[in-house]
Amino acid sequence: MVGLEHYLTVAAALFVIGIFGIFLNRKNVIVILMSIELILLAVNINLVAFSSFLGDLVGQVFTMFVLTVAAAEAAIGLAILVCFFRTRGSIDVEDINVMKG
Amino acid sequence: MGVADFAFYAFAITVLASAILVVFSRNPVHSVLWLILAFLSSAGLFVLLGAEFVAMLLIIVYVGAVAVLFLFVVMMLDIDFARLKEGMSRNLPLGGLIGVVLLMQLGLLFGAWQEADGAMGLRQAPTPDASEVHNTRALGQLIYDDYAFLFQAAGLILLVAMIGAIVLTLRHRTDVERQDVLSQMYRDPAQSMELKDVKPGKGL
Repeated sequence: MVGLEHYLTVAAALFVIGIFGIFLNRKNVIVILMSIELILLAVNINLVAFSSFLGDLVGQVFTMFVLTVAAAEAAIGLAILVCFFRTRGSIDVEDINVMKG
Repeated sequence: MGVADFAFYAFAITVLASAILVVFSRNPVHSVLWLILAFLSSAGLFVLLGAEFVAMLLIIVYVGAVAVLFLFVVMMLDIDFARLKEGMSRNLPLGGLIGVVLLMQLGLLFGAWQEADGAMGLRQAPTPDASEVHNTRALGQLIYDDYAFLFQAAGLILLVAMIGAIVLTLRHRTDVERQDVLSQMYRDPAQSMELKDVKPGKGL
C-alpha cells in the first residue's frame, strides 16, 4: 500500500536532483532555472501529499500560490536572461559581472 | 499490488528519471522536453492523491505556459551550449557530495518524523467527502471565500510579472521602417497630388 512516506521520498529525491542540477550546470542559467522549477515541483508534491493524507484542503490552495510564484519567477528570469543575452551575447554565469558585485 | 500502487511507482520512476535527464542532458531543448515529461507524470501523481484540479493546473500552467516559454527562449537565443558544458565534470564531485548530504538529512528527518496527537484537530479546512463535493468545487469554495485576498494578490503578482517581462524585453529599434498610421491619416489630396496641364505633342 502506498502511503505518505512514498510520496515524501519521491519529493525528497526530486528536491535533491534539483539542487544537484544547480551545482552541476553552474554556467548555464537556463538549466539552473529549470532546476529551480524541479525544486518547486518537489515542494508542491510535498504539499499535495500532506493535504491528501491529512484531509486538509489548504495544502492544495498553497500549491496553487506556489505555482503562481513559480510561473512569475520563470517569466521574469527568462526576460532578464533575454535582456542579458542582447547586451553580452552570452548566458555564462561567469560573464555576469557588469556590476562588479 | 493493485492498479493504484502500480500507477504510483510508474509515475514516480518517470518523474525521477526525467528529472535526472533534465539535469544531465547535453542539449537544453532535450532538457525542456524531459522537464515537460516530469511535469506530466507529477500531474499523474496528483491525480492519484485526489487533487485533480491542481493536476490539471500543473498541465495547463507548467506544460502549457512555463515549459513552452523555456522552449522559446532556448530556441531563440543563439548560444554555444557546448562551451557551457565544459566545467560539468569538475562540478560533479561537489554537487554529488552536497546532494548525498542533503539526501541523508532528509532521510534522518523521515526516520524521526511522527504525526502529532492533535494534528487532525488542527485542520483549517477538512476535505469534504469526494462523493458529495468534488475536488474542484471544494477548492473553489475555499479560494473565493477564505483566501479571496491571497487569490487577488496572486493575480497581482502575475500582472506585475507580465508587465516586468514586457518592459524588460521590449526594445524600440530605429533601423526598422514602420508604418506611421497618423501621418497616413493626416495626408490630404492637396499635398500629395499636383495637376499638370500637358500640351499635346510636347511632354513636360
